[in-house]
Order: sequence, then structure tokens, then C-alpha cells
Amino acid sequence: MELIGQGLLQALRLLVSGDQEVWQITWLSLRISSTATLLSLIVGIPLGTALALAHFPGRGFVVSLVNTGMGLPPVVVGLFVTIVLWRNGLLGMLELLYTPAAMVLAQLVIAAPVVTGLTLAAVQQVPEKFRLQMLALGASRAQMVWTLLKEARLPMLAAIMAGFGAVISEVGASLMVGGNIRGSTRVLTTATVLETSKGNFDTAIALSLILLFLMFLVNWVLTWIQQGRRA
Amino acid sequence: MLLRLLLVLVGALSLAAPAGAQSNTVILSTTTSTQDSGLLDVLVPMFEKKTGVTVKTISVGTGQALALAARGEADVALVHAPSVERKYVEEGKMQHRRLVMYNDFVIIGPEDDPVKIKGLTKATDALKRIAETQSRFVSRGDRSGTHVLEQGLWKQAGVDPKGAWYIESGQGMGQTLGIANDRRAYTITDRGTWLAFQKRISLPILVEKDKPLLNIYSVMEINPANGPRVNTAGGKAFADFMVAPETQAVIKIFGVDKYGQPLFVPIAGKTDADFR
Repeated sequence: MELIGQGLLQALRLLVSGDQEVWQITWLSLRISSTATLLSLIVGIPLGTALALAHFPGRGFVVSLVNTGMGLPPVVVGLFVTIVLWRNGLLGMLELLYTPAAMVLAQLVIAAPVVTGLTLAAVQQVPEKFRLQMLALGASRAQMVWTLLKEARLPMLAAIMAGFGAVISEVGASLMVGGNIRGSTRVLTTATVLETSKGNFDTAIALSLILLFLMFLVNWVLTWIQQGRRA
Repeated sequence: MLLRLLLVLVGALSLAAPAGAQSNTVILSTTTSTQDSGLLDVLVPMFEKKTGVTVKTISVGTGQALALAARGEADVALVHAPSVERKYVEEGKMQHRRLVMYNDFVIIGPEDDPVKIKGLTKATDALKRIAETQSRFVSRGDRSGTHVLEQGLWKQAGVDPKGAWYIESGQGMGQTLGIANDRRAYTITDRGTWLAFQKRISLPILVEKDKPLLNIYSVMEINPANGPRVNTAGGKAFADFMVAPETQAVIKIFGVDKYGQPLFVPIAGKTDADFR
């Protein structure tokens, strides 16, 4: 318990003293994970919407795949992305391994199924009759989809929070594809692992608390957007 | 197509290193101990300042560090498992192996030392006694340099460690020390990590200064034939830097301010024969 108190003090000290490395690590975590989340929305929302509205043979199978993807183990993603990005690998010529871009790519693979799956569920929970009604009233298909997404915006924001939460908190993939390089690919989770292995438990706790606080802040903003009109 | 589009997007978000910038980058595959001790935090900036080359330090177990290098996924390796290193050199995967520095391993255990290994001069005798009495022993079990050395010692002691008393942590030295402390077990650690964990564990040194406990680090360049895009010149520059007199002088005093004693002894120019 005493150690957690020390960690809390250390966290405050690091933040208040403006420790440059800690700020840089925090900022990088936020940048990488929000970029990955943003990209996962670009992939996941259209895909989830399409899957929710489409009828085709094997749809159940595809939906099962997406649902499985929602729980993709980050270390597995990390391993495969690493192998693809190796100099010997499929995308070796891009020389992306051990860069923040590689971490964004890995986190995108983790977040995209989460956003896709939750978008699918969100769109599907809008009653089908509502859709048919809109079309009957002369709405174009694009108008119908847009209205659907607006109807589903509360669960959609939950999808964004879940996607962001999954990637900002994962460590396995970031460690593997980023390499935890000081000043370049070290983020809050990988720095926590490193400080723990160094025996600097107070710093590790401080970094964990900063991570939790960051997650709270982001979720607070998103919740405020989600609940805005009701609050 | 989609992937390419996304990569372009990522680039546009200014996160990607400019393409081609990596020719000015050296990937150093090394062990956790060089990183966890803080030595590389001192040496890498020195090298970067001197050469303008950026170093990407990938610190993993020695087994993985060498495997990566053998696939051409790194440009230079700094590791500590001489027997394994020599094998890679013989196979031609690594070249120009040069000794850099050493520190030593120590056998540590519970304060009351239940099977009385304290004072034994030979590490193998200590291990034999631990195995005979089935006293708990924590092994790294991760093919790290420390694990390779430990396995070599068991072999020399003529023991095949197996059973409930032999715990394989599968983790780094720090976590392994934590487990040993918690389970009141014996273990082998490098002196540097043990010093760093003084505040957190109560496992005193019981056996030390036996010759097989020497922990020798060497630097090796990578055969460019191992894979595409190996930065041979950059790797050689870093290897040369590690054995240069200025660097060796820094290694010699590293750790004195924090632990009151240096963590490594520089040995550039010596050969394996000097330590037999």
C-alpha cells in the first residue's frame, strides 16, 4: 500500500515538475492510439454498417469472424505485424518496423474489429421497420444509412470508447512492433513494463496512474459528447 | 490497396519516419541487462552525437537478439552468451566478434540459506547441493544469456534440473528476482540487476567470484547476406564505437555514482583465451 502512495506522489511530481520524457511518452501514447482509433473508424463504421444491412450467404460466418476479432490477443497481432514488417517480410521495403507508424498499424488491426462489431450491433438494433418506412417515404439509400447512423450514435460512441480503450491499454503489440525505443516508440504501457523490470516500482505506478487518468479524460470527453443533449 | 491507403494516411498524420530515413539508422539487438542497467542510455546518445546516426535499441533476451540478427533484422548485436555467439560466428551469420566488457553472475538465496551453500567456492558445487536437497530454484527459462549460462552450469554439475523445486519464470531478470524473493528460492543473477534491486529483495549473495560465473559481453556485426537492407556500415560503426578507448573509459566508471561500484569491466582487445 505504501508503494502505491509513493507511486501517486511520484506521478504528481513527474507531472508537476514537467518531466519532459514523461510528457513526451504520454503525448505519444495519445497520438498513436487516437490515430489508430480514427483509422479504425474509417474502416469499421462502413464495414459494420454494410454487414448490418447486407444479406448474403455466409454472412453469419463473417459476423462470427468479426466478433472473434473483437477479442484479438494483442501479442498475436504484434507477432504477425512484426513478421510482415520485417526487412525480410511482405512489407519490409516500407521500413516501418520499430516506428510509431508500425504501432498505429498494429493498433488499427486490434481496434478495427471492435469498432466493426459494435457498429454492426448498433445499426442492427435500429428496428428494420424504421428502415423500410424511410425507404417507403422516398428516402434514398444514402439518406437512409445516414439517418440510421444518427439513430445509432449513442452505441457508436460506445464503440469508439471501446476501440480507444483497447489500443491505449494494450502492451504486447506495441512492445513487439515498436521495440520500446526511448524517445521514439516508448509509450505509457511499454514504459511501465520497462520500469517494472528495472525495479523502479514507484515510477511504474506513476506511469500507470497517468495512463488511467488519460483514459478517464478521453472517455469523459466522449461521454460528454454522447450524453451531451441529455445532461 | 486499402492497406496502402491507410499507410499514406498514417504518413500524412506525420507519425511515420520519412521514408528512407532508416539508412541513417542502426538497429541494435541487445539484451535486457544492458538496457535495464542504464548503460545504453549513456552510450547510445554518445554514439548518436558523434556520428549523426540514430540507434534503435531492441532489447530482448540474448537468444532472441541473436535470432533476429541472424535473420538480418538487426545491424549489430551486443550480447552475452559466448558459447551461442561462437556457434553463430561459425555458421557465418555473425562476424567480427569482439569482446567489450564483463561483469559477473552471483548465486543468491534466502538469508537463512537453508542448504548452506554460502562460502562454497565452486558454483557447480552449490548447484549440486541445491538439486540434491530439491531446494527451490528459479530459472529464467527464456534462452537469455543468463539462462544459457545457468544451463551450462547445470551441465557441468551433472544435473538435469527437473521437478517441482525447479521454477521456470520465463521472464526478465527483474521479475525473476521478484519471484525468487517471494518464494524464498535460490537463483542466479547478474550483479548489476541484483544491485539495482537491493531495496526490493532480501536475497544476499551466497556464491561469487568463481570463473564460470564471468559474464562476458561481446559485439558482433551481421553478415549482410542474412537479409535485405542490413546497414553494414552503420553496424560496423557502432561495433567500433563499443570498443573505442573513449567508450571503454565511460564503461569503466559507469554505475559508480549510483551503486558505489562500477557495473562492468571494459575488456576491449582481449580474447576468450584470456578468460579461461
